Amino acid sequence: MRRTRTRMAALLAVAALALAGCGGGDDSGGSSGAASPGEIKVFAAASLTAAFTRIGEQFTAANGGTKVTFNFAGSQALATQIQQSAPADVFASADLANMDKVKDLVGTPQNLASNQLQIVVEKGNPKSIQGLDDLANPDLKVVLAAPDVPAGKYAAEALGKADVTVRPVSEEDNVKAVITKVSLGEADAGIVYVTDVTAGGDKVEGVDVPEELNVLATYPIATVKASQAQDQAQAFMDLVLSAEGQQALKEYGFLPPPTT
Amino acid sequence: MPALFAVPAAVAVAFLAVPLLGLLGRTPWGSIAAELATPRVLEALRLSLVCSLGAVAVSVVLGVPLAFLLARVEFPGRNLVRALTTLPMVLPPVVGGVALLLAFGRRGLAGQWLDQWFGITLPFTTAGAILAEAFVAMPFLVISTEAGLRAMDRRFEDAAATLGAGRWLTFRRVTLPLIAPSLFAGIALCWARALGEFGATITFAGNLPGVTQTMPLAVYIALETDLEAAIALSLVLLVVSLVVLVALRDRWFPTA
Repeated sequence: MRRTRTRMAALLAVAALALAGCGGGDDSGGSSGAASPGEIKVFAAASLTAAFTRIGEQFTAANGGTKVTFNFAGSQALATQIQQSAPADVFASADLANMDKVKDLVGTPQNLASNQLQIVVEKGNPKSIQGLDDLANPDLKVVLAAPDVPAGKYAAEALGKADVTVRPVSEEDNVKAVITKVSLGEADAGIVYVTDVTAGGDKVEGVDVPEELNVLATYPIATVKASQAQDQAQAFMDLVLSAEGQQALKEYGFLPPPTT
Repeated sequence: MPALFAVPAAVAVAFLAVPLLGLLGRTPWGSIAAELATPRVLEALRLSLVCSLGAVAVSVVLGVPLAFLLARVEFPGRNLVRALTTLPMVLPPVVGGVALLLAFGRRGLAGQWLDQWFGITLPFTTAGAILAEAFVAMPFLVISTEAGLRAMDRRFEDAAATLGAGRWLTFRRVTLPLIAPSLFAGIALCWARALGEFGATITFAGNLPGVTQTMPLAVYIALETDLEAAIALSLVLLVVSLVVLVALRDRWFPTA
């Protein structure tokens, strides 16, 4: 009798935990599909994590508490999700190609920022990596973003310009994962954005890529046509493009968008 | 059966069947042969086979002795060891991957010594993928084999002993044939689990075509850009899973 009681108690505890896990994320108050007017969902490239989180806080403060929920991932993953009708209100991509992929599903895009590449290495640069040429060393463990990820495409472009062939040990799904592998000490080096190295903390440092080999990444932003919160989405986009938003992006290491 | 159960049961069947129908419905039947013949897909298939069979080998070599230990030997902490064995079954795979990184990564608890003394690093290698798959799949083999050992009639082993057979001979000629159904069921489940492993593999071993990009990883990456290839790969995995299930239909729960 005692054992059955204990088993029942354990079962109930597990069930309670499971339910708590399910119920916990549901505080938007709106339907499970599109965001209710008190909340918007922003799909943004992984490299925008720190800057957009800050802008999100500014937005909530300036817009009567409208919550901003972010989905940070590789731009190629976000574009596919939007194509599959994921409930996004705003989409910010790390390259023009992925914004182009969803051009029928979004409003007119505008460029919000630019970024450049940097080589990321462990703090102290123990393998003494000086430039892109060093990455060709077969003894080094180099991690890159996957070829379909914007960061991976830009890296391939830069390596092409430098005429360097790199055999990575892993192709990560988004640029943040590259930083993770280097900061964990699993990889010796990776190619990421300048902004990622800044955000990467004190376990990593950056090695510059010279201007003539570097690539200028252009980040477009657009509201999603299927959004149920068009006004709020537009307001967020306006904030990103405003002086305040641009200042926040600059503080995280982004460059201004190309003038054309 | 209470009449009340009819509707929920029907809903349950629909719930399980509709995703499969969705997959079959969207499969590009016309071009599937072409999709499956691309080098990237063939690499993923080959790698999946190599890694899953490797994981099964590791699981058998390590898991069968463990099953014996749990079934036959009374030792303090046996329940703890059994809990430890079943842990990878309930642990979210990606958590398993993180744990493996912290244990066997280049700076890991055990990994740093592997690196320093032997120059062996496991992340980013096929061996690492095999390890990740073995970590999540071995429990299935152990549980199934242990159940078989517990259920078998030990008098046969005793009889063999009285006839002068040593322990290894008894194992080979008496025990093994008797637990064969449970063992093979365990191997089949272990293999299916290893084949489908994703979270631990991508976290610990990484993702590189030809080295660590097994089929589930290939599906994940393909999903973001080439839906047709992703669906074709998914279909292959689905067929393999179905084959395993059909083969095991009479042995789903190992009995005496």
